[in-house]
Amino acid sequence: MAPSRENSVKQSETESCKTSSKKAINSKTELILQSRKHANEIFDVLEFLQSDKQKEVLFAIAACQKIFCALLERGDLYVGQLPKEEEIVEGDRDADEKYHIFVRHRYNDCVELLLENTSHEVFQVKEAALCTLMKFAAAEGKHPLQKQEWSEHFNFPIELVLAVVRCLLSETEDMALLISRFQEFLEMDDVRYYVMSSIRDNIAKIMDKNKQAVLPVYQTNVFTLLTNITMPSKSSDITNFLIQQETNQEDWKAAKLKEHRRAFEQMWLTFLKYKLPGGMYKKVLVILHDTIMPHMSDPTLMIDFLTAAYDVGGAVSLLALNGLFVLIHKHNLDYPDFYKKLYNLLDPSVFHVKYKARFFHLANIFLSSSHLPVYLVAAFVKRLSRLALTAPPTALLIVLPFVYNLIRRHPSCRVLIHRPSAADELCNDPYLMDEEDPTKCHALESSLWELQTLQKHYNPDVSKAAKAINEPLSRQEQDISELLELNNFELMERDLKSQVQSVPLEFDPASGLLQSTREVLGVHFSLE
Amino acid sequence: MGKPPKKRSLADKVRKTKTSTQIKNNPFEVKINRKKFDVLGQKSKHDVGLPGVSRSKAINKRKNTLLKEFRLKNKANKFVDRRFGEYDTKMAPEDKILKRFTMERQRSQTKKDLYNLNEEEELTHYGQSLAEMEKMTDMVDSDSDSEEKGLLSAELTAAHFGGGGLLRMKTGEDGDYEEKPRSRQEIIEELILKSKQEKRERQTQKEESQELTEKLDQEWRSVQSLLAHKTPKSERKDEPDKPKMDDYDVMVRELGFEMKARPSEKLKTPEEVAREERERLQKLEADRLRRMLGEESTSKKPSHMSADDLNDGFILDTDDRKTLSYQDGQWNVDGGEEEEGEKNEEDEDDGGEEENEEGDGGDDDDDADDDEDAEDEDDHSDLDSEQGSGAEDEEGDEDKEEEAAPAKAALSEEERRAVQQAAKEELPYTFKAPESFSDLKELLLGHSVEQQRLIVERIQKCNHPSLAVGNKAKLEKLFGFLLEYVGKLATQSPPELSTINTLIPQVYSLCQLFPASACKVMQTLLSDGGHSMEEAVEVKGRAAFPGLDMLIYLKIAALLFPTSDFRHPVTTPAFLYISQALTKCPVSSLESVSAGLVLCCLAVEFVSLSKRFIPELINFLLGLLHLAVPADTCKDYCVVSPFRQQGKASKLLLLCDTESSSSWSRKPIPLTSVHRVTASTDLQRDHHRLSVLDACLDLVKRCATLYRDLPSYDQIFQPIRTLLTNHLPVQSYPPALQELQREILEAIPETPSQHSPLVFDKKKPIALKMLQPKIVEVLDYGKKRGNTKEEKERERLKHKYKKEFKGALRELRKDTRFLAQAKLSDIMSRDAERKRKVKELYGSLATQEGEWKALKRKKRK
Repeated sequence: MAPSRENSVKQSETESCKTSSKKAINSKTELILQSRKHANEIFDVLEFLQSDKQKEVLFAIAACQKIFCALLERGDLYVGQLPKEEEIVEGDRDADEKYHIFVRHRYNDCVELLLENTSHEVFQVKEAALCTLMKFAAAEGKHPLQKQEWSEHFNFPIELVLAVVRCLLSETEDMALLISRFQEFLEMDDVRYYVMSSIRDNIAKIMDKNKQAVLPVYQTNVFTLLTNITMPSKSSDITNFLIQQETNQEDWKAAKLKEHRRAFEQMWLTFLKYKLPGGMYKKVLVILHDTIMPHMSDPTLMIDFLTAAYDVGGAVSLLALNGLFVLIHKHNLDYPDFYKKLYNLLDPSVFHVKYKARFFHLANIFLSSSHLPVYLVAAFVKRLSRLALTAPPTALLIVLPFVYNLIRRHPSCRVLIHRPSAADELCNDPYLMDEEDPTKCHALESSLWELQTLQKHYNPDVSKAAKAINEPLSRQEQDISELLELNNFELMERDLKSQVQSVPLEFDPASGLLQSTREVLGVHFSLE
Repeated sequence: MGKPPKKRSLADKVRKTKTSTQIKNNPFEVKINRKKFDVLGQKSKHDVGLPGVSRSKAINKRKNTLLKEFRLKNKANKFVDRRFGEYDTKMAPEDKILKRFTMERQRSQTKKDLYNLNEEEELTHYGQSLAEMEKMTDMVDSDSDSEEKGLLSAELTAAHFGGGGLLRMKTGEDGDYEEKPRSRQEIIEELILKSKQEKRERQTQKEESQELTEKLDQEWRSVQSLLAHKTPKSERKDEPDKPKMDDYDVMVRELGFEMKARPSEKLKTPEEVAREERERLQKLEADRLRRMLGEESTSKKPSHMSADDLNDGFILDTDDRKTLSYQDGQWNVDGGEEEEGEKNEEDEDDGGEEENEEGDGGDDDDDADDDEDAEDEDDHSDLDSEQGSGAEDEEGDEDKEEEAAPAKAALSEEERRAVQQAAKEELPYTFKAPESFSDLKELLLGHSVEQQRLIVERIQKCNHPSLAVGNKAKLEKLFGFLLEYVGKLATQSPPELSTINTLIPQVYSLCQLFPASACKVMQTLLSDGGHSMEEAVEVKGRAAFPGLDMLIYLKIAALLFPTSDFRHPVTTPAFLYISQALTKCPVSSLESVSAGLVLCCLAVEFVSLSKRFIPELINFLLGLLHLAVPADTCKDYCVVSPFRQQGKASKLLLLCDTESSSSWSRKPIPLTSVHRVTASTDLQRDHHRLSVLDACLDLVKRCATLYRDLPSYDQIFQPIRTLLTNHLPVQSYPPALQELQREILEAIPETPSQHSPLVFDKKKPIALKMLQPKIVEVLDYGKKRGNTKEEKERERLKHKYKKEFKGALRELRKDTRFLAQAKLSDIMSRDAERKRKVKELYGSLATQEGEWKALKRKKRK
C-alpha cells in the first residue's frame, strides 16, 4: 500500500507542479496582454519554451501563440528594418517605438525557439510548434512586419516559411510524421507555392554544401515533403489562401497556376539533379508518371532522368518504362532501340519483382502496335516463354495469355506454335537466349516447346492455359488486366472456395509420418 | 311450319327400313364434297357425306336427351326406375332376368339365416362339406368319421319329417306319459340344443383321437429308431413336430437352399484373395491415373477401405466388413469390428471353451489373420514398387515374403500384447469425444507415446458413427483437434515428432471416415498459412519460411490425399503454398536452408507419380547449390528470387574447412534443424552443410530423372549443369557427393535434344453434309405458324379451341332450333286437340239440339 500512496503523492505533486506552471504561464500571459508594464514577463514565458518538461513547453507554446498573435493584431510589433537591440538605447526614439522594437525582438526570439522545438523529441511539441509558427505566418500576413511597399511576394512572410521548410527538411532526423501534419497547410495555395520555391533553394544549398554526396535522411525528408504536395489541376482551383491579399490578387504569383507549375517543375528537377539513394529511385519512378509529370509545365525535361534510369537495368528500368511511355505517347519522344532495350529487360527476375503487373501492363501497350516487325514479336514471344520455365504460377497465368495475345495480333507468328511444313523433322532449338539483338536471335525459326513443357505444370490452371497451343487460337484476345494483380493466395483460394462434392483420398494407408510409399522426405530427414 | 318435321319423320321412317348400303347407294341421300387438290397418299374421311342420315341421328339424339330434359324442366318429381339393369342397353334381357332372380334369391337368403344352425353357409361338394374335406387332408384319415356322417338319428328324422305315427305312439308308450304334450317351439328348441351338443361331442372326440394317433406316431418313431439304425443326429434331434417329408420334397428344399448358400460360402484360396486385392489396387490406381490426367469422373468414388490394415479395421463400412470376413478359409466372425488386441484378450479369457467348441481354436484363426494381413501389406507394397519401377517380378517376391511374414507378425504381435498389457492397467476403455482442443490436450498430455495412440484409437472406437447419432460430428471435430494437436507438438521445443508419427495412422483412418470434413480442416490450415505468408509478403516484400508445424501439415496432406490429381481441393493449394514459400522466403540462415530443403523434398514427393513440372523447385535447388559456390559472380547462369546472385547470405553452404569432408558420413538431417541447427563447432556445421548438399544433389538427380521427358529438359537443367561442372567445388567434397554429381551430369546431356516443331492437334474431319430429308414432326395438318415447338403447340391449341368453340355454338343453335320446334309442335298439337274437342262439343251440342228439335217437331206433329 505504501508505495502506491507514495506514487499518488508524487503524482499529485507533479500535478500540482503542472497546474502551478500552467497557472503561472496563464497569469503571465494575461498580465502581458493587459498592459505594457508587464512586457518583461515575456522572458519568463520564453524560458518555459526551453523547459525539460513536455507539458510546460506545450503550455508555453500555446501562451506564445496567444501573446504574439494578440500583439501582432494590436500592431505592437515594430514594422520595418529592425534595429539591433543595443541600438535601441542610442537612438532617439520615443517609448512607444522602443517598446515595439523590444516586442519585435522577443517575437524573433520566440520564432527561433519554436523552430528549435520542431526538432524536439516529443511529437506533440513538434506539432504544436509547427502549428504556432504557421499561425504566426498567417498573422504576419495580415499585419505585415515589412513596410507595405510593392514587392513580388506582396505581404507573404517568406522568411518564416523558408525557416519552417529548413526545419522540416532536417539532415539528421526523419520528419515524416511532422511533414504529414504539415500537409494540411500545403493545401493552401500560397503556402504551397512558397514552400515549393523554398524547397528548391533549400535543396540547392544543402546539396552544394555537402558536395553532392548522397544524404539518405535528408533526401527521404525532401521526398516525403515533395510527395505530400498535391498540385491543383485547374487555375480555378486556386482559391484557398492563407493570406488574402486586398489588392492585385491576380498579379500575385501564388495565384497563378503557371507559376505553380513552374515552381513544381523546378523543385523536382533540382531534387532529381542530384544522385539519389537506391530505394529512392524506385519510389520516384513509381509516382513519376501520374503525380509528377502531369503537373510539370514541360515534362520533356524529364527525358534525361528517365533515360538514365532506363539504362540502370533491373527493376529501376522497369519502372522507368512508365515515364518513358508517357513521353513517347504524349510528347513525341523518339527513343532509338527502345524495343531492343525492352527485349533485354526481360530476364528471369521480371517474374519475381513486385512491379511485374505494371511491367506487363506497359509491355502489353508497347507490343499492341500491329506495325511491329514479326521477328521482333517472335523474339519477345520466345523469350517470354523461355523465361516462363522459371516463373511462379501467378506470373505464368499472365505470361501465357500475354504470349497468346501477341500471336493473335501478329498471325505470322503462328509458326511458333504451328509449323506443319516441317512437322516430322527433328531439330535443335535454333533460338539464342544470350543474343541481345532480337533481329539475330532466330526466334522465328523456333517453336514454343517451353509451353509444351508447361502443359505438365503442377498447377491445373497453368496446365490448362498451356494446352491452348494444341489447337488453333481463338480470334478474340484475352483480357489480361484482371490477371495482372493476381497473387498467390487468391490463386489458392480458387481451389479452397470451390465446392467439391467428392474428395478423393489416398488409398495407400499411412503408417507413419515418414513412411509413405514414395518417401523422399524420409530419405534425407529423420524424426529426431 | 308444321310440315317439315312431319316430312322428316316420314323420311326417317323410310330410312329406318333401309340398310346403310341402300342409303349410300341412293344418289339423293349422298352429298359429294368436291376436293380442290388430289394429295397423293392422303386419306380423306369426308369425301362423301350423308346429310339425311346424320341429321336424323342428331335429331334422335336430341330427342333422347334434350327433349327429355326439356320435358322434365320445372318438375319437382320424376319417376326413376330402379330395377336392375333397366337402363343398361348392353345387357341382354335374359341376363337381366337371371340377375334379377339371383338378387331376389339372395335377399330371401338373408332372412333364412335366422334358422341356420351352423350360423354360416357351408359350401358343399357332392353334398359333403368342403371344410370337412379340408380337414381330411390332415393327419386324421380314418374312415370312421364318414360313417357317422351318413347316419340320421331317429329323433332328427322325426323332428324333420314329422315321423310316422307308429314312432310317436311308441314314445308315448315308453315314457313321459304324464308329461304334457310340449308345444312345437319347445320341441324345436330342444332339438337345436341337442344337435349342438352332439356336434361339440363329435369335435372333442375327434381331437382326442387325433392326439392319440400323434402319440402313437411318436412312440413308433422311438421304436423305429431302435429297430433301424439311423444317424445319431436324427436320434438326438427331438423335432417330431414336423411331419416326415417326402424324399422328393426334401430334395427340392435342399437344392433350393444349396443354390442360395453356396456362392457366399465358397472359400477363397489365398491366391484368390491376393488377386482380388491386386485387382482392387489396380482399379484404384487406374482411378488415380484418370484423376491425374484431369479427366472428369462420372463414376462414384470407390471407397478406399483397405482389408489389410490392422489398426483401422474397425472403421470399415459394414458391407465392406462382410466381404472381408472370410480370411484364409475361415469365417472370421469378429474380424472387422474388433481391434486386434482386444480380440486376443478375449481369446485368452475364454480360450478353452472356444477351442473345445470350434476345434480349430481362436488363436490360430487370428494368426491366420495376421498372416493374411502381413501378406497383404507386402503384396501391396510390392505392387507399388512395381508401378514405380516396373522392373520387379511380382510372383517370386510374393512367395519369399509369404515365408517371411509370419515370423515378423508374431514378433510384432507379442510386442503389442506386452505394451497393451501395460497400458491396460492404467487406461480406461471408454473415452468421451473431446469437445474442444483443450479437452483433447488434457486427455493426451502426460501419457506415453503409445498410450496417446491408444487413447485416440479408443476415442475413435467408442464414438464410432454407427453407435450413436451425434458421433459423426464428434469424430469430425476430433480430426481437427488432432491436427491442431499435431501442430502444437511440432511447434514445441523440442518438437515431439515421434508422437506425431504414432498418431498418423489415427489421422489417416479418421480422414478415410470423413473425407469431406478432413478436406475442410486441411484447407483451413493451408489457407491460414497462405494468407499469413501473403500478408507478410505484401507488407515487407518477403516472408519467413513456414515453421515445422506447417511443413508437417503439408506432409500429412500428402499422406492423406493423392498428390497426383490434376486438381484436388487440398493438394492443389498445398502445391501453391510450397511454391509461394519457395519463391517468397529469403534464405538467410542454415535453418531456412533446412526448411527450404524440406519443402523441396515434399515437392519432389508430391510429383513423383504425376511427374508434373515445378519451376520453383528447380530454381530453389539451383539457388541452394549456388550458396555453395565460392566464386562471387557467375555470369553464365542466374538465380532468381528468393536468391541473389551476390549478397551477405550467398556463401551459406560454403565449407569452412575442406578437410571436414573426409570425416563426413551420410546420415539423415534431423527435422528439428528447421527450427534450430544444433551444430556448434565449425566441423559440425560443415557436416551439416555437406548433408544439405547431399540431399540437394539427390533431389536434383531425382528431378533429372522425373523430368526426362519434358521437351524443354535441356533448358531447364542447363543452369544446374553449368553450375555443377564449372563452379561447384566438388573436389573438396566426399566421394559420395562426387559420385552424385557425376551421375547428375550423366543424366543431363550436354548437347540439347532434338524435337519436332509444334503443330496443332489434328482435328477430326468435319462430316459431309447428308442429303437425307429432314424429318419434321407434324402435329396438325393445315396452316402452320410459329417456328418453335412451343409456338406451334400454342397455335395448334388456339386453332383447336376456335374450332371447338364454333362447333359448340352450332350445336347450341341446333339445340334451340330443335327445342323451338318441339315447343311449336306441342302448341300445335294442343291447339289441334282443343279444336277437336270444341268441334266435338259443337257436334254433340248440335246433335243434342237436333234431337231436341226433332223431339219438338215430333210433339208438334
